[in-house]
Amino acid sequence: MATADDLKFQEFDDAANLLAANPDATTISIDEPVEIPKNQHSRLQEPGREEDDELLGTDDSDKTELLAGQKKSAPFWTFEYYQTFFDVDTYQVLDRIKGSVFPVPGKNFVRLYIRSNPDLYGPFWICATLVFTIAVSGNLSNFFIHLGKPTYHYVPEFRKVSIAATTIYAYAWLVPLALWGFLMWRNSKVMNIVSYSFLEIVCVYGYSLFIYIPTAMLWIIPQKVVRWVLVVFSLCLSGSVLVMTFWPAVRDDNRRIAVATVATILLLHALLAVGCLAYFFDAPELDIPAPIIPVHNSTNKV
Amino acid sequence: FPGLADVSISQDIPVEGEITVPVGSHSPDEDYSTLDEPVKDTIMRDLKAVGKKFVHVMYPKKSSALLRDWDLWGPLVLCVSLALMLQGGSADSKDDGGPQFAEVFVIIWFGAVVITLNSKLLGGTISFFQSLCVLGYCVMPLTVAMLVCRLVLLAGAGTISFIIRLIVVGAMFGWSTLASTAFLADSQPPNRKALVVYPIFLFYFVISWMILTFTPQ
Repeated sequence: MATADDLKFQEFDDAANLLAANPDATTISIDEPVEIPKNQHSRLQEPGREEDDELLGTDDSDKTELLAGQKKSAPFWTFEYYQTFFDVDTYQVLDRIKGSVFPVPGKNFVRLYIRSNPDLYGPFWICATLVFTIAVSGNLSNFFIHLGKPTYHYVPEFRKVSIAATTIYAYAWLVPLALWGFLMWRNSKVMNIVSYSFLEIVCVYGYSLFIYIPTAMLWIIPQKVVRWVLVVFSLCLSGSVLVMTFWPAVRDDNRRIAVATVATILLLHALLAVGCLAYFFDAPELDIPAPIIPVHNSTNKV
Repeated sequence: FPGLADVSISQDIPVEGEITVPVGSHSPDEDYSTLDEPVKDTIMRDLKAVGKKFVHVMYPKKSSALLRDWDLWGPLVLCVSLALMLQGGSADSKDDGGPQFAEVFVIIWFGAVVITLNSKLLGGTISFFQSLCVLGYCVMPLTVAMLVCRLVLLAGAGTISFIIRLIVVGAMFGWSTLASTAFLADSQPPNRKALVVYPIFLFYFVISWMILTFTPQ
């Protein structure tokens, strides 16, 4: 039976004294939030979250569902609603870009980097940069290819900017829309573990286009082999990001449909790259001089 | 009020000062004062404000004059003159010419609006028109560059003139970007500054590209 003394609050001895009395006792130490070494460069600290999510992989849908529910609560006609799509810091955007250029095999871009915070900043400005990079590089490349020819007069080809803009923005926004609709339709038939929101798909597509920016700049080099090597290389990198993102979403489906979906994604991506190369950049070996029509008089020469 | 019985003003502390009741400053006469002044005064006041802003762009210190009293006259004048000077480059029937007047206009204004929206969405505290004002006024170095390019092109279109134009346009591009960043960067949250500066860089780069690739027919 407890006496009144037992129920009184008792001061705890010093931890060292307690431990000396019982050396084998388990101890817990509570420190300041641990800084993970690899994140020391980041300005904002997210101590445990990144590691947890990496380990969890695709199973953290619970956490992301919860977090997603907390976010977009403003009605869609207010300015604050759209501000939630721009809730990224500089280092986050840079991290996402890095993730799209160096795809880690087996890691899902959406789960690893986006994590229920899709942003529209990256897709929009990467597309804008890509539009102008392709237009400017195409113009420069044509200039260098035709340089020195007497019949060539340099034109800035400003029309091509609007064509590039239409193409790239249509690709970056309509293809995700179609893909999202398709995945929603399949989701209603087959229960998938992984499903993405429309904005996450737009995000993946937008960031996967980043690799084409340095590729377009390198396309200025007027060598066919170099250009095609660049096409294949960049296609591999950004295609792998897309495949690793969307394969988990369709693999539970009918085998043929899953393979067809992923193949279509890759095909459209390749079509974009090859189409841009073909339209904006003149072929380098097309060194046709002004056609010299044989004068008829020469045939009359005896 | 028993507590107030203790309150007393000691004789040592002189209480002095002036009690003036501010006269209502909006006497009927003052309301119409700007209406009675000569038109020249009205126009000169606005022109002086615009001119002061031009000077602020030339020597960008972190003053807030550009931000406080925004106006869009300066950007309009700069945009129209830039678009006019970009005409005459392959303006004939060929498709692949330089930008048309409407294209330059749309690029500058639409680009400025998009950049302003971007900075506001990222959490900036600047108002919409203040940002438009700053971006428009900072086009001025590039307009000067366009003028210089046209003069240089009058002399010839060879490699040397291209190098001169490249240097001039490059320097003015840097000046524009630095000037607008000096005015706009303070209103952004600190960990997103680069996200806001990059579109401004892209915007002035596109304008510089249009200026540099201008070739008269």
